[in-house]
Amino acid sequence: MLAWTLYLSFGAAVASFASARCCPAVARWIALLGSVGGLVLGIVGALTLPAGGGLNTLVQVPWIPWLHAEYHLAADGISVVLVWLTGLAATAGVLFSWNLKHRAGEFFGWYLVLVGAVYGVFLSWDLLLLFVFYEIAIVPKYFLIAIWGSTRREYGAMKLALYSFAGSAAVLVGLVAAYALGGATSFNLSTLAAQPVAESVQHGLFALVFVGFAVLAGLWPFHTWAPTGHVAAPTAASMMLAGVIMKLGAYGCLRVAMTLFPAGLAPWAGVFGALAGIGILWGAVVALRQTDFKFVIGYSSVSHMGFVLLGLASATTLGLTGAVLQMFSHGVIAGLLFAVVGRMVYDRCHTRNLDELSGFALARVLPWIAVTFVIAALASMGLPGFSGFVAELKVLTGAWNRFPGWVAVAGLGLIAGVAYTLRAIQRVFFSGEPETAGTAPGHALEPVSLPEKLGTVLLVAATLVVGLYPRLLLDWILPALQTPLFAELRRRAGG
Amino acid sequence: MNWLTQHVWLIPLLPLVAAGILAVTPRTQRRFASGLAISALASAALLSLVAFVATLAPGYTRTVVNTPWFTAGELTLHLGWILDPLSAAMLVMITFVGSLIFIFSTGYLAEDPNYARFFGFLSLFAAAMLGLVIANSLLVLFVCWELVGVASYLLIGFWFTKPSAAEAAKKAFLTTRIGDLGLFTALLWLNSETGTLLCYDHGRGCLETTALSGLVAQTTVLGLTMSAAISLLAFWGAAGKSGQLPLHVWLPDAMEGPTPVSALIHAATMVAAGVFLTARLYPLLSAAPGADGLAFSTATPALVTIAWVGAITAVLAALCALAQNDLKRILAYSTVSQLGLMFVGVATGGPAVGMLHLLTHAFFKALLFLGAGSVIHANHHEQDIRRLGGLRRFMPVTFATYAVGMMALSGIPIFFAGFWSKDAVLHGALEWPVSRGPFILCVIGAVLTAFYMTRQICFVFLGEPRAPHSGSHGHAEPHESPAVMTAPLVILAACTVLLSLVCTPFWPALEHYLSGPSEDGHEITAGLWALLALSTVASFIGVGLAAWAYQSVRTSNTSTDPWARRYPSVAAVLHQAFGVDALYAATVRRIGWGLAQAAAWLDRWLWVGLVDLVQTLGQVSGWLSRKVDEEALNGGFDAGCASTQATGNWLSRLQNGRAPRYLRFVAVGMMLLTLWLILGRNAG
Repeated sequence: MLAWTLYLSFGAAVASFASARCCPAVARWIALLGSVGGLVLGIVGALTLPAGGGLNTLVQVPWIPWLHAEYHLAADGISVVLVWLTGLAATAGVLFSWNLKHRAGEFFGWYLVLVGAVYGVFLSWDLLLLFVFYEIAIVPKYFLIAIWGSTRREYGAMKLALYSFAGSAAVLVGLVAAYALGGATSFNLSTLAAQPVAESVQHGLFALVFVGFAVLAGLWPFHTWAPTGHVAAPTAASMMLAGVIMKLGAYGCLRVAMTLFPAGLAPWAGVFGALAGIGILWGAVVALRQTDFKFVIGYSSVSHMGFVLLGLASATTLGLTGAVLQMFSHGVIAGLLFAVVGRMVYDRCHTRNLDELSGFALARVLPWIAVTFVIAALASMGLPGFSGFVAELKVLTGAWNRFPGWVAVAGLGLIAGVAYTLRAIQRVFFSGEPETAGTAPGHALEPVSLPEKLGTVLLVAATLVVGLYPRLLLDWILPALQTPLFAELRRRAGG
Repeated sequence: MNWLTQHVWLIPLLPLVAAGILAVTPRTQRRFASGLAISALASAALLSLVAFVATLAPGYTRTVVNTPWFTAGELTLHLGWILDPLSAAMLVMITFVGSLIFIFSTGYLAEDPNYARFFGFLSLFAAAMLGLVIANSLLVLFVCWELVGVASYLLIGFWFTKPSAAEAAKKAFLTTRIGDLGLFTALLWLNSETGTLLCYDHGRGCLETTALSGLVAQTTVLGLTMSAAISLLAFWGAAGKSGQLPLHVWLPDAMEGPTPVSALIHAATMVAAGVFLTARLYPLLSAAPGADGLAFSTATPALVTIAWVGAITAVLAALCALAQNDLKRILAYSTVSQLGLMFVGVATGGPAVGMLHLLTHAFFKALLFLGAGSVIHANHHEQDIRRLGGLRRFMPVTFATYAVGMMALSGIPIFFAGFWSKDAVLHGALEWPVSRGPFILCVIGAVLTAFYMTRQICFVFLGEPRAPHSGSHGHAEPHESPAVMTAPLVILAACTVLLSLVCTPFWPALEHYLSGPSEDGHEITAGLWALLALSTVASFIGVGLAAWAYQSVRTSNTSTDPWARRYPSVAAVLHQAFGVDALYAATVRRIGWGLAQAAAWLDRWLWVGLVDLVQTLGQVSGWLSRKVDEEALNGGFDAGCASTQATGNWLSRLQNGRAPRYLRFVAVGMMLLTLWLILGRNAG
């Protein structure tokens, strides 16, 4: 049933493109149906998996026989968690794009292609298939930004595409080499992992593939595509971009680089731990002096993704579960933040400048927006009760024994995180002069609509539920890390 | 009763449920909001009392309940709560003082449009604070520690349309978060060394002998034992929460919040959480390597640091209080100073001594803040003491109760709990084997405290009304506050007096309750009498000096501070609190800002420059690969590659940008590699 998330999204995409000719108004309903359907299929499908969080093959048929490539979809607990995230982010993205009028059929069409490709990446067990989905995901991103984007959209789209392709190229080289040098007879992940290439080769290939994927996860210093891309993207796309696309990169690091080249991690762990730590602090510090609201959130994504990479680099079970949990958590929280900035604030005030926004006295005129942002900000700062706290706690605990110094740097990043978040809250919402509020343009602002409220509730509920009851996801993630795929990694980390 | 000791988590649950309900209550439901919040906390007070009575049973030490929260690989995180004298005493104090402050708030905020939200936040705070004191798992403690910080942030910024309030809220949250990083690191480290964050777990807890022996046996940075290093980090967190040097700067600014908030959070409970933490972690703080592996001492590096930081803070904050003109800022600096005293108590005399002063301080400082609130409420939100005056005639109840609080704080002997608890701290400091320094500083602090409180009384309640309530505002005369506000004052004043019964060294019931049965009672020695005499003399010197210095103030309507006029430069330095804020603005903030600028600049120019370089390279190789594509490999594709190319062609028809050039570059690269792979395999 999980495989149908993929087909449903692509089917809805076709329907949406078709509607562009005749009836673009129904496109958003098609998109809503497709994304909610994906979410429901994801949940129901996961609950009916025979092996739970272990490895479940969904489909396995020959694809390119002479390459031994198969159309092989499978899911373990990590896939399930990320499929759920995709469903949540996709649904919320549609809800927050409900007011989109410009070429709606094509917009939602591309959007659903993106969603479908993401499902494809998370569910592929054949490396070549995974890579194809990974590439497919890049294309709609480009169009979504270049056509429906805002600030410097062509530049942002270009930069994003360029980075993605450069990363993919590195990944491809690594994959082909692993296939050729390992003497493998298929692109099946489990088979490849069971026949590793020589250790000395692994060292080089690991770095190549890890960096190639990590570019998309915002690894410092390959992160600069992220803020500009996020800022240029329309709301739904920036929610998907920060919420899910960045996870594709992290997922690739974990699923491919770390399992195919487990011996390669050891010499590089220190380097990537350092880059992750620097990225956490760097992103937060740069966010501190942005004047564009969306850039603040964009850089915060770089900072938070640093925790994912730090957890991965630690390679302890604790760090890895924390990293996967943080993928989910950041996906939800970043989605919420971008929804507030892009949909709730920018669509109403037509500015994202922090100082100009203070004139709108949003906290008085539209308190729903202020409350939503404060909740999202508390979650983003890693306050207990929200998913970010558990995730970052696990990452830092897991990483402590490996690199206490970088954990301390990450701690400084947490403080800078509080600083930029509170700065943004204060500038945007709580510095309007009460005298001018009566005459501010805020009075003409459109009230918060029902789809926006639904989207907010959906995402806030997700981060709260996971924050209060993390076992909901941990019970899926842990069995996945116990599968044979991670056996070599576990052995090396445990030793 | 026994059942409740196993289920103390019910106590924070009550206000938590209230907060949850209030979060979705429409703001027009004012009476419902305050009624719900007060009844929830009052019920929690009853339960706390029952739990407290249970702990009075002879031989009672503690009840601990632990339950796993989640497991992640090598780590199982536990939730756990504890009922011991330490937590029971805190429970009673918080719920009791909290209930009174809630009741007071119904009068103080009677006209505020966001009344319902206020009680929601207060309930959230109460829940988190109660959770903090019953936490047996340090993780739970940290969670609640953060939540009280959030509640504090929300309540300081409650009047968020005032820019100063929004700024103060931000500063408070940020500064305490800097402290929290220390505590968080300490917890990570502790967890990594001992494998648990449960304080007590039937011998396996991190505060129990096995874990502590392991910690003192290892040496780490700077030659410190592991336990000392962790303790110092934890104290950094405690210092942030409890406004100790150098993290004290947020507390005076936090007075921007409504006065009941200042009373509850920034005087009685939350700011004392740091002191509570040191009391909770005392076994860790006092652990030292001993003859048989583990010994306990009051001379460990952590406790020495705490004693000195506390003593220095006590004096410096008292000095700052001398030159403040804002009614609440004086009390805020006084709180910082008294918290310093509590830390000295914990460090030199043991947790029972520090906690004793914490508990009595909670009552009389809440009393003083509520009294200040009553004054502010009656005087149209005038907080400058130089514009008040003569209020004893207009507000007799407030004056009488405020005087009780002032005497308790100043250490006027015999009838006031503050005298005895402060004396216990001084006694501890005097007998501290390491140094007499903290003792001397504390005595100086006591003189200063009596001085600034007398100054405040002279300005606010004595003399004649100062700033004429300039008719332009058309303000009426000040008036006594309604009964709903004065009744809590009277009750707190009564408690301040009655508590002294159980605090004297002649019958130190409260201290013995806190320290447990094993501790030996103090002997009433000649030295103790001398100390009592000394502390009496100190407070009388302070009161007398101030009464003499402010003679003109207490007899007339002058609004000039005679001492500030005589020594303007000293007064200016003290008024600006030694310029610490300015120092931070010039150093920490500027350096942080500079770093941010530099990083942003690098991000903009260096990395983007590299991107442009890569872009150029990409274009070059794109051109190259197209040449290769067209001239060398033309027509040499097999099925898989052809389908890829078809996709590419299809995409390039849809394109309206330049990205497809790169797409093709990747496609071609992919084909080349595949070919190489196939050929290579065939050859091999």
